[in-house]
Amino acid sequence: MINIFNYIDRPSPIHRLTGATKLVCLLLWSFAAMLTYDTRMLILLPILSFVMFYISRIKLRDVSFMLGFTAVFMVLNNVLVFAFSPQHGVELYGSKHVLLGLWGNYVLTKEQLFYHLNLVLKYLSTIPIVLLFVCTTNPSEFAASLNRIGVKYTVAYSVALALRYIPDIQREYHDISQAQQARGIEMSRKESLSKRLKSASAILIPLILSSMDRIETISNAMELRGFGKNKKRTWYMGRKFSKLDILAMAFCALLLAISLSLNVINGSRFWNPFI
Amino acid sequence: MEPIIRFENFGFKYNAQQKPTLYDINLSIHKGEKLLIAGPSGCGKSTLAHCINGLIPSSYRGEMTGSLTIAGKETRDMGLFDISRRVGTVLQDSDGQFIGLTVAEDIAFALENDCVAQPEMKERVLKAAKLVDISGHLGHAPNELSGGQKQRVALAGVMVDDVEVLLFDEPLANLDPATGKQAVELIDQIQKETGAAVIIIEHRLEDVLHRHVDRVVLMGEGRIIADMSPDELLSSSLLRDSGIREPLYITALKYAGVEIRADMAPASLETIKLGEKDKEKLRSWFSSRPETPAEGERPPLLEARDISFAYDNGHQALKDVSLTVYQGELMAIAGTNGAGKSTFSKLACGFEIQQRGSLSFKGRDLMELSIKERADHIGYVMQNPNQMISKVMIYDEVALGLRTRGLLEEEIGPRVEEALKICGLWPFRNWPVSALSFGQKKRVTIASILVLKPEMIILDEPTAGQDYRHYTEIMEFLRELNARGITVVMITHDMHLMLEYAGRAVVFSGGRVIADASSAAILTDGDVIRRASLKETSLYPLALMCGIEDARAFVQRFIDYEREAVRR
Repeated sequence: MINIFNYIDRPSPIHRLTGATKLVCLLLWSFAAMLTYDTRMLILLPILSFVMFYISRIKLRDVSFMLGFTAVFMVLNNVLVFAFSPQHGVELYGSKHVLLGLWGNYVLTKEQLFYHLNLVLKYLSTIPIVLLFVCTTNPSEFAASLNRIGVKYTVAYSVALALRYIPDIQREYHDISQAQQARGIEMSRKESLSKRLKSASAILIPLILSSMDRIETISNAMELRGFGKNKKRTWYMGRKFSKLDILAMAFCALLLAISLSLNVINGSRFWNPFI
Repeated sequence: MEPIIRFENFGFKYNAQQKPTLYDINLSIHKGEKLLIAGPSGCGKSTLAHCINGLIPSSYRGEMTGSLTIAGKETRDMGLFDISRRVGTVLQDSDGQFIGLTVAEDIAFALENDCVAQPEMKERVLKAAKLVDISGHLGHAPNELSGGQKQRVALAGVMVDDVEVLLFDEPLANLDPATGKQAVELIDQIQKETGAAVIIIEHRLEDVLHRHVDRVVLMGEGRIIADMSPDELLSSSLLRDSGIREPLYITALKYAGVEIRADMAPASLETIKLGEKDKEKLRSWFSSRPETPAEGERPPLLEARDISFAYDNGHQALKDVSLTVYQGELMAIAGTNGAGKSTFSKLACGFEIQQRGSLSFKGRDLMELSIKERADHIGYVMQNPNQMISKVMIYDEVALGLRTRGLLEEEIGPRVEEALKICGLWPFRNWPVSALSFGQKKRVTIASILVLKPEMIILDEPTAGQDYRHYTEIMEFLRELNARGITVVMITHDMHLMLEYAGRAVVFSGGRVIADASSAAILTDGDVIRRASLKETSLYPLALMCGIEDARAFVQRFIDYEREAVRR
């Protein structure tokens, strides 16, 4: 079975950072990547994130499923952009170098290709770092770190709890689907899509019903032990910031600063090699 | 001394219900007392527990009458958090109540909510963990723990606060027999060390009475029927009348014509005083019963030969397992969690495919058949009916398997009717499933499997969480099905179920079959009992105590007698 949200415990400096640090870094990094289309920056960020991956000792195959999943999205995104606005690059960069005439309005230009390159680089700048966050952040610390950056602890805990139950629910889905297959509910690729969607309901309804039972139990258990009593709470797993934490946050803040100043220098979010 | 908990003319009605669930409750519980609250499902014992721990009225709304005080204060003025400082609750579902991601965090949960500083928190967590002997597992995640260990964590989680009352809601429901026995011993030890009042809600009387209990409160239909010492209760007929199972040794003594009196200290086999006359009565009952006739030979139905199976994560779940299920039998597969019993049934149904060995059904290799095709021969019923039911109406739910097989409605009608009639659900055919009780839902799932006309059905823990009456109802129904020629295989660790209903039991341990014999033989075999985390039936030491040498035969004759004479 594939685990989507999977904390992988390995000894590394990245793992030693507190959850709050990693969350702050993730946010800073994402802004840095999102705010600019400067290709030089967008090349730097993926390289840095691969270095991070190396340091963290997380292997490519640990995250292969999610990488594949996002790759599909990336391809789809590119195809759609080209299909709906094949001249987007020309509009952005203000010049037109035709490489290949295709059909009617569909002309392949250098500008468009360059724009797509940037789009791909954007994915590469953000996705690996999100995966890294998921793989190296102990779920126990996740709620504490959300709380630390100002999210209400009741909300933070619910998010963490939802993440924690994902493997359980996956397991239950698996069991239910097996039992339903025996009754003739076909989930294999042999069936048509509409039939498979219908079959999915035969699995989802029992899954939802049994999850409701689970929610009642857990919420009773939490209330009985004083959850929600005070405005604040302490955390067993909470940790103080170390030098490394400060360093990491400073580094990510620097990245954001570079990204912002590039926007100012370029006069726009785009870096234009065509002029 | 002022009681810690006092009910006075207390009553409660849920807003969603027309009639009250509790009437005229008068009950006082003192510090240091140990109380067992017993009663059949729906008698109001869970509602009573919710009143004590404060979930009523804070989470379940309703109307309270009379008075309920904890340490002299009315609970309706206290609020849930005040109450939870005094009353620690260990819920039935030790898995579902595990909140933290690791043992330490779970134990710390109440302290975190109380804003206790980290150094003090760590100290108190360690102390509580030591008390329940789980301190070696502080960093473990819930899926690395056994059911018994999870319960210890839950207990430690309420012990971190110095509670005055410990409330256990069906603590034995999800535990195997040996672990259940340890749980009862642990509760006893904790009570002695802390001096807290302990309230245990449980219908498995014999198991709780393994250790001393001061009083048993028997409930029925929302009222307290009896509030007396276990010795007094066992010498009355109140248990039988209210549908609670007596300890088996008491039943055996009653069959033999021994009169049970409170002064015999019948609460436990360790304390009971039997006179020479009583022992003689049991011996003569034993010799008056006929020997068990040998079973006739049956043809094999499902044959497994040297099966091995490992999951993707490398866990070797089965190793060289060979076993045969014979046509028309009613048998049990027992073993602890992870022993391989569920994996075996998954292989039989085709949900997983063995890496080595062969499985055949009536001589035909099952590898040739898909999951769907196998289901026409072997039906599988999951433990929790809510995991199987996907339609709103009962009729549609039962017809589902036939519709997916492309049968015409004209053919489906009579087959659904037959299945519903067998399961006693025909009057409800146009009802929504949600209107049914748990036991009835179980029948719906069985009907939805029977409609495919399998020769054999496998049931995962068919009676889990059921009280004696519902247990008997489900099991008698399975016996009827068996009498119709359907082979029934039950996966269970319920020893009563094995003893009373299964002729034969196969025991798994560590992925291997370690025993394959009559249930009576297995539940009197010390080595198998130990390895499979079962418990010896109390009939066995009773027989030895009374000087019956062939104690195993005594157990067998007791079962035979129950089957013929008592249940008719």
